[in-house]
Amino acid sequence: MTSTETRNVGKIGDSPLRPDGTLKVTGEFAYSSDLWHDDMCWGVTLRSPHPHARIHSIDVSAALATPGVYAVLTHADVPGLNRVGLEHLDQPALAEDVVRYQGEPVALVAADHPETARRAAKRIVVDYEELPALTDPRRALDDDAPLVQPGGNLVRELAIRRGDPAPTAPVVVALDFEVGMQDQAFLGPESGLAVPDGEGGLDLYVATQWLHVDQQQVCRVLDLPPDRARLHLAGVGGAFGGREDLSMHVHACLLAMHTGKPVKMSYSREESFFGHVHRHPAWLRYEFGATEGGRLIYAKADILFDGGAYASSTTAVVGNGGTLGLGPYDIPSVHVDARGVYTNNPPCGAMRGFGCVQAAFAHEALMDELAERVGVDPVEIRALNGMREGDRNITGQLIDSAAPVAELIRTVRDLPLPPPPDDRPDIRDLPGGASNTTHGEGVVRGIGYAVTYKNVGFSEGFDDYSTARVRLEIVGGEPVATVHTAAAEVGQGLITVEQQICRTELGVDRVVVHPKNTMVGSGGSTSASRQTYVTGGAVKAACEAVRESVLALSARRLGVSGLRLDGDKIVSASGEVLAVLAEVLADEAVEETVEWHHRPTYPVDPETGQGDAHVQYAFSAHRAVVDVDVELGLVKVVALDTAQDVGRAINPDAVVGQIQGGSAQGMGLALMEEIVVTDGKVRNPSFTDYLIPTILDMPPMQVKVLEYADPHAPYGVRGVGEPPTISSGPAVAAAIRAATGKALRRVPVRPEHITL
Amino acid sequence: MDFLAPSTWAEALAAKAERPDALPVAGGTDVMVELNFDHRRPDALLDLTRVPELREWAWDDGRIRLGAGVTYARVIAELGDRLPGLAMAARTVGSPQIRNRGTVGGNLGAASPAGDSHPALLAADAVVEIASAARGTREVPVAEFFTGVKRNALAPDELIAAVLVAPPAGPQQFCKIGTRNAMVIAVSAFGFALHPDRKEVGTGVGSAAPTPRRADAAAAFLAGELEAAGLWESRAALPDGLAAEFGRRVRDAAAPIDDVRGTAAYRLHTLSVMARRAATWAWDEHRRAA
Repeated sequence: MTSTETRNVGKIGDSPLRPDGTLKVTGEFAYSSDLWHDDMCWGVTLRSPHPHARIHSIDVSAALATPGVYAVLTHADVPGLNRVGLEHLDQPALAEDVVRYQGEPVALVAADHPETARRAAKRIVVDYEELPALTDPRRALDDDAPLVQPGGNLVRELAIRRGDPAPTAPVVVALDFEVGMQDQAFLGPESGLAVPDGEGGLDLYVATQWLHVDQQQVCRVLDLPPDRARLHLAGVGGAFGGREDLSMHVHACLLAMHTGKPVKMSYSREESFFGHVHRHPAWLRYEFGATEGGRLIYAKADILFDGGAYASSTTAVVGNGGTLGLGPYDIPSVHVDARGVYTNNPPCGAMRGFGCVQAAFAHEALMDELAERVGVDPVEIRALNGMREGDRNITGQLIDSAAPVAELIRTVRDLPLPPPPDDRPDIRDLPGGASNTTHGEGVVRGIGYAVTYKNVGFSEGFDDYSTARVRLEIVGGEPVATVHTAAAEVGQGLITVEQQICRTELGVDRVVVHPKNTMVGSGGSTSASRQTYVTGGAVKAACEAVRESVLALSARRLGVSGLRLDGDKIVSASGEVLAVLAEVLADEAVEETVEWHHRPTYPVDPETGQGDAHVQYAFSAHRAVVDVDVELGLVKVVALDTAQDVGRAINPDAVVGQIQGGSAQGMGLALMEEIVVTDGKVRNPSFTDYLIPTILDMPPMQVKVLEYADPHAPYGVRGVGEPPTISSGPAVAAAIRAATGKALRRVPVRPEHITL
Repeated sequence: MDFLAPSTWAEALAAKAERPDALPVAGGTDVMVELNFDHRRPDALLDLTRVPELREWAWDDGRIRLGAGVTYARVIAELGDRLPGLAMAARTVGSPQIRNRGTVGGNLGAASPAGDSHPALLAADAVVEIASAARGTREVPVAEFFTGVKRNALAPDELIAAVLVAPPAGPQQFCKIGTRNAMVIAVSAFGFALHPDRKEVGTGVGSAAPTPRRADAAAAFLAGELEAAGLWESRAALPDGLAAEFGRRVRDAAAPIDDVRGTAAYRLHTLSVMARRAATWAWDEHRRAA
């Protein structure tokens, strides 16, 4: 990635154009798959065809004898510890004696052409003995279940207990819900380029979400010290959690170290479905007890996440599913059990919404059930039970900034509704669209609501920080700030945010964003809606340090104290302009590096799940309006409107973009997005059969952005990226239920669930 | 892999005669996907995009002769009034980019049970014009063209030259089920045509059997009921339940499977609904045209 400089003046609260925007829509942005190096060769991965099998032998001789092949590697060629994993080191970089899911990497080939490498990989002979596969997570903890991992099939179990241990209520509602396996479906498949430095180390250019954790993992497998494996962020084509775990990183590095040549790896779309983790499918059993008036007395939830063959982020997903799994409601008594288990299904891990998405479908469906039972409308029952600032949530944590649940849900209710269906509609506006399945017959409109809250940043005691280096100097007579962080820009607009903060704090117009790499301290993960908060906080703190240094320098040069910076002017205590930055700095550069930590969080109590687990909460609400062809089960979402509290919008256009994209992704899970896995095998690893919403599926949105500043966060910001993905899907599902009268206890809602 | 690039129709036929193993490629929207997925590695590709004769359509003895290389985009733009059912089907194909590349001839060559053109061509009683260097041309009714899953009536030395379709004597309809509102492969599809000139009904069922097929018994039933009630002449409203019964009989003509795109039961259900609706729309249009 090249450094980025813009001269558009844009401080926080403005919406300067993002530097990658035009390049992306004109097809000129350099993604990681566009990387090129003279003399490079191509790496490919041989993957397991079986969900569970013992490997008796691997014969690479025919592959190695293929003309054009430089190397064929197996686990025996791994110099360091053959284990990777974000939270548990449980996954071999290359399979040893067992494969635990279809698609597990077994061997690598480097060749002069990708086609040569693929042909050679097919010549590797692996002697597999298929083993019984555990593919139903509901059986994972049975005594007779096949063992997926040597330590047992439980990844994490979390209990949350609060209030009356045996509560009763006059009104009790309950349901079972099931959520299918969603994929991040980022448009840029996994890819990168590893370049040996000729001195025993290498540089890896890769599309990722967290350079430093990748670096740790790469170094562990390669047995290299961190300064010998430098990581550089390449152009990222979307992430959504799917780039938190390693994909081709270690593999390309192994091949590069082995061949001494630059090695590029770039997955096909099909391989991409096997090359990253997915959203956990979930099985949820919920019960609410309430007063006759619909006020919650207690809530119970039993949540099971299918983690697949390796842990990835399952531990943290269970944490979120448990601690946040009852939604943004004030509930006196709580009994939650959340579990994540190993199976021989594809590994599941981080995806936007992270454990809250699955739970929200259940608690919002049940809230509608309660509303109907007690005769309160769906909006008011949420307002009635909604969390408020000063409440304690189900882990006992004080909600110490805005929690405007009632306002959000009433705001979406009060937005204008779309016009009713036309008498003579354009078929493109009807369910089925140009496929001409209805001219209005069978079409019923439904409206649904949902609310959510989501933690921002890493939780449960994780020391979550970011590092920023800011340099201020005079170039061509003009002050220029350079900001260097390792925080990954994955398309969300962080580069622009870093520039806006520098302009605001230092009064400069020109801000250069240094290429993202591991030559500066960790920026933490671009996930958990955290970068504007945490890296934004680090950049702000680094700018403040630079400003202090500049003023100290000015005080020395001018012999005056009590100075402040106003734009590029050095101003005295009495308001007199004493100098401009260019005069004071001359040819001296001021540079400061700051590691900035957000407020600490704490582990929850192992017995009760009580504790201050999270640093911040972000709230959103959606209203969906759908037209359903109830005879054919086809759905057209007519409107998907939302309100969200973002604390402070640093870049309002980018905020709205995040909300639109997140809403589309949540709607996709409600309607169509599912990796179909049968007996441990993926049946639809392509964009032909893994469907994501198109522009004809996504309606225009009304987006109401609320800005209740969080006094504990830099500028008052609140994470933005995830809440829309959580509340949009349940609102769509609710609207379909309203239109059809069907219970619809599984998403994605397939047409046959409506018609048969 | 050899890449054969004839620039005339005669050259194309000669090339196919010489290399019967060559896989013809028109828009490439099927073939290139199969190559990219490594599902297919033919010894030779026969590129037909440089053959100007295939890109033409014209009137031919009272029929439209649609060259095999005419794209969906052109069917929509140029032939919407003359081939209405096929144009409706073409509008449901992929994205604008795919419609700019994909051709009706290519769709027939691939012979997928889910091909979008097929139900419309079946309902319109289209005929496939096939040619070889050795034996000249022959015509095969589209209903006899599909011989199995992704198999057709072409001999190894033959190419599809054109599709011949009579202009519509009555309304045509095409409906397709997909699980999103654009860019989907058909879960099921139905083509319908009223032929008031010969008091017949045309049908085509897609994605619901090993091959695209007609629902002949259902078509004969509906035509017979219309005849018995004198409706072809009176153009009176359809009797209650007739369209629904037609729908049930269309459903009975299908033999779908469960797959990742949908269940057999859902496919059958949708065929009965689509057939009922399509017949109703077509009849209403026929009445309005009086």
